[in-house]
Amino acid sequence: MNFISLSPLDLGIASLLVVVLALLSFRLALGISRKLLFAALRTTVQLLLIGLVLKLLFANVHLGWVALMSAVMLLAAGRIVMERQERRFVGWWGYGVGTLSMFLSSFTVTLITLLIIISPDPWYQPQYAIPLLGMMLGNTMNGVALGLERLTSSVYQQRRVIEARLLQGQTWCEAIAQIRRDSMRVGMLPMLNAMAAAGLVSLPGMMTGQILAGAEPMEAVKYQILIMFLIASGTGFGTMGAVHFGARRLFDERERLRLDRIG
Amino acid sequence: MVNNENSKGLCLAALTTLYLGPIDWQINCGECVSLAGASGSGKSLLLRAIADLDPHEGEVLLNGRSAMSMAGHLWRRRVGLLPAEPFWWSERVGDHFSGDELQYLESLGLTEEAMEWEVSRCSTGERQRLALLRLLQNRPEVLLLDEPTAALDPQSVEAVEALIANYRRQQQAVVIWVSHDPQQRQRVAQHHFCIEGRGIKEVEL
Repeated sequence: MNFISLSPLDLGIASLLVVVLALLSFRLALGISRKLLFAALRTTVQLLLIGLVLKLLFANVHLGWVALMSAVMLLAAGRIVMERQERRFVGWWGYGVGTLSMFLSSFTVTLITLLIIISPDPWYQPQYAIPLLGMMLGNTMNGVALGLERLTSSVYQQRRVIEARLLQGQTWCEAIAQIRRDSMRVGMLPMLNAMAAAGLVSLPGMMTGQILAGAEPMEAVKYQILIMFLIASGTGFGTMGAVHFGARRLFDERERLRLDRIG
Repeated sequence: MVNNENSKGLCLAALTTLYLGPIDWQINCGECVSLAGASGSGKSLLLRAIADLDPHEGEVLLNGRSAMSMAGHLWRRRVGLLPAEPFWWSERVGDHFSGDELQYLESLGLTEEAMEWEVSRCSTGERQRLALLRLLQNRPEVLLLDEPTAALDPQSVEAVEALIANYRRQQQAVVIWVSHDPQQRQRVAQHHFCIEGRGIKEVEL
């Protein structure tokens, strides 16, 4: 592969652009200059750290390390999903619903990809496993967070209507069906839009990165198509799972609506 | 679990809600009792607990069968609660009806045309009457009525009272009627109860 290595000076010049942006924001009293600089610093540190970790991981190929890294990524994604909920489930469910669904969908899809589609040797080769899982989690996280947020906020707003259905003798499934469908759809829409826009409006980040790093465009495109399919299915299954578990949790064994279970 | 196949009617056994209880109460089939109490005394929560819509302690039995012995939705089909403010899940009135239960419409001064109405354009009184009809579709064995005539004109009040009395006699249904109007209570119920402290007490009107 032929690619031009970036020097610290190159990155420094790019960072000046952010500094100028921060100065302009300050002049316009947008109140985000400090946040902007902090975010830029944060992204630099986080990416450098992950670079070091990946370097270490690539040098020491061991299933245990890959598993540990995956667990950390999953738990971080679970936290972000929870933080993005305005009304989250009380107790362990607040963290558990999203994390469990992401685990089930992202890990399954990544495993299928590693074992059957790409099949590197060994299958847990971190160069493939970690970036794949990262992409899966990053996207599934969005779907799950959107779906759950829609579910809990709709149920809260429409609690009287749901109770009217229950009083009429409908099962909890009938009473929540419409909201559940809407929530799943909302979680999956961004992924549908991304697939529609790919190549026309946006050049997906992964493909761009590969091409910049010197990869043959058609090779990069093939990988991108693979990633799109994986992301679509991973996000879809994850969102369905989270909304399904969440909806179930909103009713108890007597099919009562239990709003006390969301805060 | 209390289980007595011989006892007919609705039976509360040490039913306890946030504000009331433990309450023991036996109401026979075909009987209507009135219930009164200051607002905020927990009448509505008591009805919700009987319909098993809120978590509660103690037990409710219908003809000797505990609510716990059947799924929640099946219990609520047999024990129907008409809330003071009924809600609707579809814009069109007819979507809430299965179509073959329209025999009562006329007795409440409504016609089949009402099925084509939009819920949001109905008056409060129309909605209250329609909600009663909606509930009766399930042929509940127990009717829990939370001020069912609060928004009605005298003529409709009379019609609703007559309809419920007929239904009660035909189906041998148990009726708990929450009302603040002593005259109405006298008209519709055979026994009268008041909320007192955390319990209920039978009173003479």
